[in-house]
Amino acid sequence: MTEVIHLQKLVKDYGPLRAVDGIDLSVQKGEVFAFLGPNGAGKTTTVEILEGLRPRTSGTVRVLGLDPWTENKKLIHRLGVIPQDFKFFEKIHPREAITFYAGLFGKKVDADSILKQVQLEDKATDWYEKLSGGQKQKMGLALALVNEPELLFLDEPTTGLDPQARRSIWEVIRSLKSEGRSVFLTTHYLEEAQLLADRVCIINHGKIAALGTPEDIIQEHGKGEVLSLQAAPRLAEYLRTKVDLPVRSENHTVDVELSTNADILRVLNLVEQSGIPWTGVSTRRDTLEDVFIRLVGKTTESGDLGGAGSGGLK
Amino acid sequence: MNPRRIFLNLSVFAKGYLRSRVGLFFALVFPIILILLFGAIFSNSSSTTVDVYVQNQDHNSAMSLRFLEAINSTKAINLHFVSPSVGNLSKWLGANDLSDGLVIPAGFQSDYYNKTPVVLTVITNPEQTSTSGIVSGVVQGVANQFNLQRANGTQILSIQPENLPTLGGQSFQYIDYLVPGLIGFSILTSPMFSMVNISSEYKKEKLFRQLSLTPLTKAEWLTSTIIWYILLTVISTGIMVAVGQGAFGAKVTLSPLMLPFLILGPILFTSLGLLAGSVSKDPETAAVIGNIITFPMMFLSGTFFPVSLFPGWLATVAHVLPLFYVIDGLNAAMLYGNVAVTLTDTAVVGVLAVIFFAAAVRVFQWRET
Repeated sequence: MTEVIHLQKLVKDYGPLRAVDGIDLSVQKGEVFAFLGPNGAGKTTTVEILEGLRPRTSGTVRVLGLDPWTENKKLIHRLGVIPQDFKFFEKIHPREAITFYAGLFGKKVDADSILKQVQLEDKATDWYEKLSGGQKQKMGLALALVNEPELLFLDEPTTGLDPQARRSIWEVIRSLKSEGRSVFLTTHYLEEAQLLADRVCIINHGKIAALGTPEDIIQEHGKGEVLSLQAAPRLAEYLRTKVDLPVRSENHTVDVELSTNADILRVLNLVEQSGIPWTGVSTRRDTLEDVFIRLVGKTTESGDLGGAGSGGLK
Repeated sequence: MNPRRIFLNLSVFAKGYLRSRVGLFFALVFPIILILLFGAIFSNSSSTTVDVYVQNQDHNSAMSLRFLEAINSTKAINLHFVSPSVGNLSKWLGANDLSDGLVIPAGFQSDYYNKTPVVLTVITNPEQTSTSGIVSGVVQGVANQFNLQRANGTQILSIQPENLPTLGGQSFQYIDYLVPGLIGFSILTSPMFSMVNISSEYKKEKLFRQLSLTPLTKAEWLTSTIIWYILLTVISTGIMVAVGQGAFGAKVTLSPLMLPFLILGPILFTSLGLLAGSVSKDPETAAVIGNIITFPMMFLSGTFFPVSLFPGWLATVAHVLPLFYVIDGLNAAMLYGNVAVTLTDTAVVGVLAVIFFAAAVRVFQWRET
């Protein structure tokens, strides 16, 4: 396998603030690599350094074998980039934008087939300012595709989009992977990372918190099986006095983290003994989101980490 | 520098510019409004009375005074008397920077009584069609009346029109200065105002970041926008000259000597606008910095009034403003045909343009650090 991204001891300071604090990373050709982290974790800074938009403070950075800051103009021909909150000229429509962009790269492209690929063909001649958020993002994706890049950087390509628009962007990402292109994806949506990515990297406070396939990460950082009961918080208090397992209580749900399968029967027996009424018993395994929460703090509802600070562990 | 990329960016920039229309108003329509406005305020309008200088060579005979009284009673003409001792009236008028005159010849009274034909000389400036028409019209009308009274319409009094001798390029009207002045005004304002805005807005909206992800370079981007402002300047210059000549008879000529200013001017001010926008943190600051640079230059470089009318200290101030050399050069090219002055001013503007272009490319950053 060929390495498309190589990061070693990457550090970036903004004045006294250390945004990226020694990241080592390697992305292979053909991989979809998801880069996750709460706001302020150093995600976008790292991506912008990789894209050649920012210089680093120290460390080694190689993208397709080039230094993205000093060899930017050489690298650009082989990259496709959607920066975070992609913007374009207000009074230019998608077809013109694609022709313009392709022309800058010295490429002749069929604008309509690219528009079709990102499902924007019905808005080909609407000015950029008239497009919805999802359509603007699709146009950004279309522009990132004009030079047939080997490696794409998609920085939060689906943030703020409705579920349908998100799905159509996922489709494009899947088709890019099937064409053998590498994709470096940052996202707020853990579900998205779990669905699309071969490997996931979670960063927090400028450092790597977890790295690997989603399964590996869940395995390594997850807490195994969880037994859930709908019951009053006093059940949790009761169980805490009887078993040596972590017990949580929230919204009338009591969660018990199990270490072995035998724990299930033991806990249920204790519940029965307590005489506290309960309903709805279930067991579940940690998802990537559970692991993420454990590693970096709270998420808001629906898995969107938009509001997440870099708070401590729960 | 890649010409294909420059052309591509030029076409996208032009589309955005034309579609937003605001820039186009300030670049093409606004200077014309100014020409019409200032031209109307300061040019002699036909509703006012015309000053006519009369040389009465008939020793103030009763009949000549009656004739002049009749002219005076039309209220369209304000008579001033010039002694016959000054000699040739039209030379005297030229020397005194005046335009309209009337000579009543010796023997006017006796010839009129004897019905011997008399020739009145009316001197006008053919370039001032409105006033010269009034003067000849009034004098002719009064003469006809006198012919009718004395000889039942037989022509005794006739008019000899005479043109004022050419002014040798020394005497110009306000409108003549206004045309090159306003061309300079639009060379300054149309790139400055939009570049200050564009450069800070593009920075805020991260459009420069977007362009930095393509092979387009900063110098190519700046060059293509400069080409756009040169095109706008050439078009607006053509319109302003046409309006100045058509509406007010401005004595301006289109000369190839103007070209360096129509090219170097936009290079200078597009670069300056980009510099001002680049050093500002946000669009609001950029607008303030842009105005601080633009407004003094706009009023003190001879745009609305020739710098020769300024008091000495203010004229000195004008000489440090880059726009002064653009307008001075345009005046030299369009009014005086003074090649030497044009070349000196071209050199000054050229050096400034190169300095500002290089500074803008250097200071202005695509990418953040």
